[in-house]
Amino acid sequence: MKLTRRKAIIGGIIAGGVLGVGFWFARERDRLGHRTLFRVGPEEAGLNGWIKIKRDDTVVVAVPRAEMGQGVQTALAALAAEEMDARWDQVRVDDPPEHVVYRNVEILIDGLPFSPEESGAMVDMAHWAAGKFGGVLGVLATGGSTSVRDAWIPMRTAGAVARDLLLRAASRKSGVPVGELVVSDGEVRRKDGGRVARFGELLDQIEHLSAMPAPPLKKPSEFKLIGKPLPRLDIPAKVTGAATFGVDVRRPGLVYAAVMNAPTFGGAASGFTVKGSLPKGVEKIVVVPGGVAAIGSSWWRANKLLAEGIDVQWQAGPEPKLDSAGLWRRYEALLQDGKPALTRTRGTEPKPATTRPFEATYRAPYLAHTTMEPMNCTALVAERDGGKTVEIWMPNQSPTLMRLIAAKTADVAQADVTVHTTFLGGGFGRRAEVDLVRQAVTCALAMPGRPVQVLWSREEDIRHDYYRPMALARWRAELDTSGVAPKLVSVAKRQVAQSPTDQFPARTIGLPTQGKPEGNAVENPPYDFPYYRLDAIVAEGAVPVGFWRSVGHSHTAFFDESFVDELAHALKQDAVAFRRALLAGKPRHLKVLETVMRESGWGRPLPSGSGRGVALRASFGSIVAQVAEVAVANNALQVKRVTCAVDCGPVVNPAIVRAQMESGIVYGLSAALYGEITLADGAVEQSNFTDYDAVRLADAPAIDVHLVDSGSAIVGGIGEPGTPPIAPAVANAVFAATGKRLRSLPLKLV
Amino acid sequence: MISFTVNGQPARVEVEADKPLLWVLREDLAIVGPKFGCGVAACGACTVHVDGEAVRSCSVAVAGVAGKTVTTIEGLARGSATTLHAVQKAWIEQQVPQCGYCQPGFIMATAALLKANAKPTDKDIDEALSNICRCGTYGAIRRAVHRAASLLAGGS
Ligand code: FES
Ligand code: FES
Repeated sequence: MKLTRRKAIIGGIIAGGVLGVGFWFARERDRLGHRTLFRVGPEEAGLNGWIKIKRDDTVVVAVPRAEMGQGVQTALAALAAEEMDARWDQVRVDDPPEHVVYRNVEILIDGLPFSPEESGAMVDMAHWAAGKFGGVLGVLATGGSTSVRDAWIPMRTAGAVARDLLLRAASRKSGVPVGELVVSDGEVRRKDGGRVARFGELLDQIEHLSAMPAPPLKKPSEFKLIGKPLPRLDIPAKVTGAATFGVDVRRPGLVYAAVMNAPTFGGAASGFTVKGSLPKGVEKIVVVPGGVAAIGSSWWRANKLLAEGIDVQWQAGPEPKLDSAGLWRRYEALLQDGKPALTRTRGTEPKPATTRPFEATYRAPYLAHTTMEPMNCTALVAERDGGKTVEIWMPNQSPTLMRLIAAKTADVAQADVTVHTTFLGGGFGRRAEVDLVRQAVTCALAMPGRPVQVLWSREEDIRHDYYRPMALARWRAELDTSGVAPKLVSVAKRQVAQSPTDQFPARTIGLPTQGKPEGNAVENPPYDFPYYRLDAIVAEGAVPVGFWRSVGHSHTAFFDESFVDELAHALKQDAVAFRRALLAGKPRHLKVLETVMRESGWGRPLPSGSGRGVALRASFGSIVAQVAEVAVANNALQVKRVTCAVDCGPVVNPAIVRAQMESGIVYGLSAALYGEITLADGAVEQSNFTDYDAVRLADAPAIDVHLVDSGSAIVGGIGEPGTPPIAPAVANAVFAATGKRLRSLPLKLV
Repeated sequence: MISFTVNGQPARVEVEADKPLLWVLREDLAIVGPKFGCGVAACGACTVHVDGEAVRSCSVAVAGVAGKTVTTIEGLARGSATTLHAVQKAWIEQQVPQCGYCQPGFIMATAALLKANAKPTDKDIDEALSNICRCGTYGAIRRAVHRAASLLAGGS
C-alpha cells in the first residue's frame, strides 16, 4: 500500500505528471539533524548532523554529495566552516550515513518540465511537491548542478548552530559569559583576543549542552572563507595515487567480474556455452541483467574469455535492425507531423501584411558520457541470522537509488543494504544510473561471502550507455518585409527527441512513461521575441537516453543560439547587438553578454580564415556567455581561444567556478568537434577513444573565464552551465570565418 | 615466474606472459595508482615508468618488463628529500585535479618528459602529453608542467 503511494508520488514528481497525489505525505522537517547522526566516535563530539569536532581540533563536515571533480567537498565544507569561523586547515570532510536530512531538494525541482521563468499554480505546486518529495523520501543525489544551491542555507545554518554551541561550551568551561566570547580562527577567544579554549578542549562540555535555534547567518560582507579560492580538500590524495575510486576498492577475498552486454538495446542473454574448460583466473560465468559476467581472480582474463572463449545465446531487443539513417527518417517524419507533447507560446502572434519565412533545421547526435573511470560497482552479499545483508562500494550519483535497487535485486529490506560512495572518476550524469548495481548484486548473489567488483571495458561503456538524446529541430521565423529593412515578427521551433526524464523512472523503478519532454530541453530562450512558439515532440525508441552534462541544454543551446545568429545575419545586424536588443529587460543576461564582448575583443579585426562566434545560455540558475575564436585552414578547424563570462550568483569558491567553466567548455567542445554515436544493426558502431575521441592538450583552446557579479543573491549551479554555449559559439565562429553555416553536430567542414 | 623491480621493491609474479603490466600491478601487486581507462593505449591513464621512460602499461606485456625497473605514481617521490616529487608539488600548487582519475597518468608522463627535456615548449608538451582528461584540466596541466620545470631547475 505504502509502496504504491510512494510510486505514484515519484511518478508524479519526476515525470511532472499527476501532482496532487502526494500532498498528504508532506511534513516540514528540520534539516539540521541530531548530534549523534554523523557517526560520532570516542574522541569526537557531534555539534549537529553536519559537523563534528575531534580532540585534536579537527572539524569534520558531512558532505553527502558525490565528489566527481566538481569540488563539492571543498565548496560545501567552506559553507559550514565560514559560519563557525573554523580555520580552513583544520577542516576535513567525510561521508555521512544515509539520512533524510542530507536530502537534495534542488535536484528534484530542476527536473521538472518547466522553464525557471514560468510561474502559475501548476508550476508552484510542482516545485512545492518536489521539495516535499525530496525531503520526505530522502533522496541523496548529486546532479543538475544543484549541490551548492541546495546546501547554501542548511550548511551555513549548521555552521552557525555549531558556533553557538562552541561558545556556550567555552563559557561553561571558563565561566566567561557567552556575550564576551567569539570564535575566531578555529578557537574560542575573548572579544579582546585572549584564547579561552581550543575546539578539542570542549568535547566534554558539549555533551551537556543542547543545540539552540539557529542564530542569524553572516552577511556577505562578513565572509572570510566564502568567495576565496580556498585550496581543494581532495587534491593532495589525487596527486599521490592515494585517492580511492570505485575500481580501487580492495576487500578481503575480492574477485573481479567482466561483463559482455547484449549487442542490441534491451536484449538479454538466455544462456551460454563455454568453449573448453574455464581458464585459470576465471571461476564462474553468470547471466546478469542485460548480459553475462565472467567472475574470477583476474578481470583481464575474465574479459578475454568473454571476447574469445564463450558463445552466448542472445535474445534480441525490440529494435534489432535500428540504424542511424532510419532513425533520422523517423525523426524527420515526426518533425513534419508528430503530435507535440508540449506546446508553449509567448506574446500574441502578429499578422503583418507581407512576410517571408526564414527557416533552418539542426541536428544533434547521440552522445556517450565516457567518464574517465570506466563503469564499475563492487558488491558483497553476506549471510546474517538466516537472512542476507548487502554491502555496495560504488562511484555513484545517488546512493538512495542504489540502495533501493540493491535491495530489490537481492530481495532484502533496504535497511539491510549499506552503500559506500567512493571518489567518482567522472560522473557527468552517467553515474545516476542503476545498471551496474543490478549486475554487481546479481554476481554477488552467485558468490556469497565474496565481494565482487564488476568492471566494464571501455567498449562496453561506449556501447551500453544512456545516451544524450539524438535531436532534430526546425526553427522558423517570419520576417516583415513591408518596410525598407526586414523586421522580426515571430519565431517558432519544432523539436524532436527522446526524453530522459521520461525513461529514467521507468527503467529504474518501473513507473509507466508519461510521454513528457525533459525539462531542460524545453526551457525558453531568454530573448524577448515579438512572438515565440515551441512544439516539443517526444520520440519513442529502443535507444536508452540519460542525463548527459547539462542534459537538454546541450543540444537545444546549439539549436537556439545558432538560429539567433542566423537571424542576426538575415537581418543584417551584428550578432551581439541583435541579442542585446532582445535582452533589453534582462540586466543580468546583458551584463554577462557585455562582459564577454569586452573581454574577447569582439569586433576587433582578425586575420582572414579566422572568426569569432558568440553564444549565451542560462541554465541551472546561472547565466553563461562564451566567445569562441577559431581558425580554419585547409578545411581543418582549430578553436584557438574561448572567452567565458558567468554569473552564478554568490560565488563560494572562484577557483572552482573557473575550473568548472573550463571543464564544461572542454567537455562540450569534445562533443562539438568529435562526439557522435551512430547505430547499425541495432548496435552502437563506436567502441573506444580510437573512434570516439575527446579533446586533448594539443587541441584544447586557451580559456579565459570572467566572473560577473550582478548582485544577485540567488545561488546558481556551476557543474553544467559551462557546457551548453560552446558548440553554438564555435559553429557561429566557423560561419564568421568561412561563411559556411554548420547545422549538424559534430561540426564537420567536409 | 617473472621478476622485476617496482617502486624499489623486488616483485615476482606467476602469471601469463601476455598479461598486461597494468593488470599485474593492479591485480597481483595491489598497486592501484595506475588506472585503467581504455586498455588500448589511447588515453594514458595507465602510464608508468619502465627504466625511466613513460609507457602505457595496459599495452605492455608483463614479460616485456622482466628484469626492468617499474615506477608508478606511488613510487614517484621515492629518493627525493621530501614526500612529493616536484611535478606533484606543482600539481597541488596549480590545483590541477578535478575528478583526479587521469592525473596519475599525466603526472607520470610529465615527470618523464621533464627528465628528457628540462624546459619544454608548449608544442613539446602537446606532443608528449597526449593523454585524455575528460574533466578538461588541460589549462591547469600546462601551467603545472611549466611550474614543475622551474621547480626542478631550482626555482622556488
Ligand atoms: S588504459 Fe592504457 S592508455 Fe588507456
Ligand atoms: S581530472 Fe577527471 S579525467 Fe582528468
